[in-house]
Amino acid sequence: MAELSKKDRMKIPRQAMPEQEPGIRNANFKEVNLGFTEELAVMEAMRCLQCPKPVCVEGCPVGVKIKDFISLVAERDFAGAAAKIKEDNVLPAVCGRVCPQEEQCEMKCVVGNKNAPVAIGRLERFVADYEREQIGLRIPECKPKTGKKVAIIGSGPAGLSCAADLIQTGHDVTVFEALHELGGVLVYGIPEFRLPKEIVRVEVEALQKLGVEFKTNAVIGFTDSIDELLSTEGFDAVFIAVGAGLPYFLNIPGENLNGIYSANEFLTRVNLMKAYRFPEYDTPVFDCKDKNVAVFGGGNTAMDAVRTAKRLGAKSASIVYRRSEKELPARAEEIHHAKEEGVHFEFLNNPLEFLGDENGWLHGVKLQKMELGEPDASGRRRPIAVQGSEYIMDINMAVIAIGNGSNPILRQTTPGLDFNKWGNILVDPDTMKTSKKGVFAGGDIVTGGATVILAMGAGRTAAKAINEYLANPEV
Amino acid sequence: MYKIVEADFLAPDVKRFIIDAPKIARKRKPGQFVIVRVTDHGERVPLTIADSDIENGTITIIVQGIGKSTKQLNSLEKGQFIQDVVGPLGKASHIENFGTAVSIGGGVGTAIAFPTAKALKEAGNYTISIIGARSKNLVILENEMKAITDEVHVTTDDGSYGYHGFVTDKLKEIIGSGKKIDLVLAIGPIPMMRAIAEVTRPFGIKTIVSLNPVMVDGTGMCGGCRATVDNKTVFVCVDGPEFDAHQVDFETLIKRNRTYNVAEKEALNHICHYDAAFDSLKLQEAEGK
Ligand SMILES: Cc1cc2nc3c(=O)[nH]c(=O)nc-3n(C[C@H](O)[C@H](O)[C@H](O)COP(=O)(O)OP(=O)(O)OC[C@H]3O[C@@H](n4cnc5c(N)ncnc54)[C@H](O)[C@@H]3O)c2cc1C
Ligand SMILES: Cc1cc2nc3c(=O)[nH]c(=O)nc-3n(C[C@H](O)[C@H](O)[C@H](O)COP(=O)(O)OP(=O)(O)OC[C@H]3O[C@@H](n4cnc5c(N)ncnc54)[C@H](O)[C@@H]3O)c2cc1C
Ligand code: SF4
Ligand code: SF4
Ligand code: FES
Repeated sequence: MAELSKKDRMKIPRQAMPEQEPGIRNANFKEVNLGFTEELAVMEAMRCLQCPKPVCVEGCPVGVKIKDFISLVAERDFAGAAAKIKEDNVLPAVCGRVCPQEEQCEMKCVVGNKNAPVAIGRLERFVADYEREQIGLRIPECKPKTGKKVAIIGSGPAGLSCAADLIQTGHDVTVFEALHELGGVLVYGIPEFRLPKEIVRVEVEALQKLGVEFKTNAVIGFTDSIDELLSTEGFDAVFIAVGAGLPYFLNIPGENLNGIYSANEFLTRVNLMKAYRFPEYDTPVFDCKDKNVAVFGGGNTAMDAVRTAKRLGAKSASIVYRRSEKELPARAEEIHHAKEEGVHFEFLNNPLEFLGDENGWLHGVKLQKMELGEPDASGRRRPIAVQGSEYIMDINMAVIAIGNGSNPILRQTTPGLDFNKWGNILVDPDTMKTSKKGVFAGGDIVTGGATVILAMGAGRTAAKAINEYLANPEV
Repeated sequence: MYKIVEADFLAPDVKRFIIDAPKIARKRKPGQFVIVRVTDHGERVPLTIADSDIENGTITIIVQGIGKSTKQLNSLEKGQFIQDVVGPLGKASHIENFGTAVSIGGGVGTAIAFPTAKALKEAGNYTISIIGARSKNLVILENEMKAITDEVHVTTDDGSYGYHGFVTDKLKEIIGSGKKIDLVLAIGPIPMMRAIAEVTRPFGIKTIVSLNPVMVDGTGMCGGCRATVDNKTVFVCVDGPEFDAHQVDFETLIKRNRTYNVAEKEALNHICHYDAAFDSLKLQEAEGK
């Protein structure tokens, strides 16, 4: 890339992501973003200034060698670029799609000081897709068997990344998953139009080829307790990566009316149980066709739910959010896409009560207008109710997407494991060690609902610590 | 895949399956359930573990065919396979020596009450069971109940067998006879459970019901199974399925269980045109619709 000057590079505009037209994609479940072509990828890679001190890396929670992989893309060594990324990130096809890049790697990129930052996420996605589609996932070498057995509970990004590292260090790894499919939120939460399930399936298959054993339909706590895994089942260590899977509700009157879902239920019915292909698949979901749907919340989950409702044919699909647009926690791209697809946003509105008919069906919600006051502890301006501003919005279906607490099953069945008052497992942040010997934990069950890349990073930190622990269990 | 070792009809539309599931057989406790997916396109259906045989590594489920998934399950025979069986799930029944315990099962509810009734007997209770059915041919598990409880009463709505009347009438009669009752376990259609709750309420008899909301995951992840108990929202799959009958809001439960009435009829009709619909869907997808 030597022939281009910095000035020339700065002149190249950020390459647009080819995507399905909004008016077409809002009626199908195929992926919205179509991915860079080789030409677009190389052009985008040329925008990178190859900084002597690449600050972009500081923005990446797992420290992907961004500068190096982009340089390989510019040289058209896509396979080399894939290998480079995988030194730090085992799920680049996923992270390239779902990382909140604008707050992470791309926020730090110096090109962004003047122009749009280098599209690091899109390049990462391109490289990972290229590897999967053109050359097949590279199967890394595993070290000789150590004879040690590790149980991983949960097959989300934290569990998968931990499994990938441990199998390569020569341990036997078994992943236990409560549901009938592998991938955690990647398969039951994030919809197909944002993250095709095929990508997750291929990643899981690659782990299977390495020798990772997967046991679906295994609810640890019930099927086996953690103590049993460590004793009768013969595991030497356990990594808990069960996610934050207990949906919060608003706790307002009328919340148990028919037509009100948690985002988890709505998305699980549609994604995991494939209700969008009902009746070919047996699981039904509320028939959104020509109905008014409101989604309460403003994060990625809310955006996924509202865009899903739109795709199921909703007449109107709205986000109802307590704060203003500036505070929306969802990824910028999802908000942008949602708007393009015709999603309405009702900012500064707070639900007070759901209203239903005599048969228990939802037909409306009483909302109250809010205004922004002083910043709260999180630094966001606190919404304050405007007195006398109540009004009724007609809706037939509501989805509650205000976050997840922690699932009670392990708490109830694992003596000796310490939790904080929200039910998150307490760990040493450097080693992911819990209060129980030989038991580690990471991902959303420790942090509360966070991000894929943080869960993945936690899985890798735990793998390292487990490896050390297995070498020397007594310290 | 889980192998069906034994399958036989106990009554019209009510089938008993013995399934090879050694781990669940070993783990399960009375009151717990499994989630079954009949095929890989199937729904996740919660079913109580009626019994288990640790030695043979099997569990028993008793299924009433009421909708697409349960009818499809009931069409399976010995030697065939069930896609997924997950469990045991839910909290086990609270078992202790209460004194005298009456277990009431309405319809297929008898199968759900059976394991708990058995455990109550083993814990030293004097146990009475009431088996209710619409008609004689629908009475199930009479002999099994006789083997594990001290007294068995059968009631039929039409009087074709046993006591002519509802399980509530029989219960009132037993209470009226002056016998001291310490616990009532009632499992069956929601209106029946609600009626039993009203029979025992004035006497302050501790009454337990097992709720049967629509479920998806059965692990506390979706909140679809929520019910109102003691004016609070509970997730039946992890907080239950058994609750104090005097605190359950049955009205809401009945309404919530109707959520998919229309859709379920569609799924049922769909059984016959499965292939055609599948092809047309694939076509639509290919055309980018
Ligand atoms: C709808 C939605 C959209 C999101 N969008 C984004 C996004 O765009 N970008 C982003 O970075 N993050 C996003 N997130 C957050 C991200 O998905 C999570 O932070 C991440 O998946 C957490 O990973 P995890 O491995 O800790 O847990 P999970 O992915 O939750 O996986 C946990 C797994 O453990 C299983 N399990 C639970 N209990 C047991 C048990 N007792 N025994 C066995 N298995 C058990 C669960 O079934 C599940 O499969 C989104 C989340 C949701 C819900
Ligand atoms: C913890 C638990 C344990 C259960 N144990 C048993 C058991 O041992 N044996 C057994 O036969 N059944 C049991 N059930 C009920 C069983 O799960 C439902 O009958 C089944 O899910 C219906 O599925 P379907 O697709 O065949 O019927 P659907 O097509 O889903 O429903 C057919 C009709 O029944 C109604 N319906 C749906 N779900 C329920 C429900 N849960 N209760 C009452 N009506 C419903 C629908 O509204 C519809 O009108 C249990 C349920 C729970 C929650
Ligand atoms: S993993 Fe996420 S944060 Fe890190 S470089 Fe890739 S897209 Fe950026
Ligand atoms: S900061 Fe931006 S320009 Fe510099 S190396 Fe990183 S991606 Fe390239
Ligand atoms: S069935 Fe999903 S939380 Fe109970």
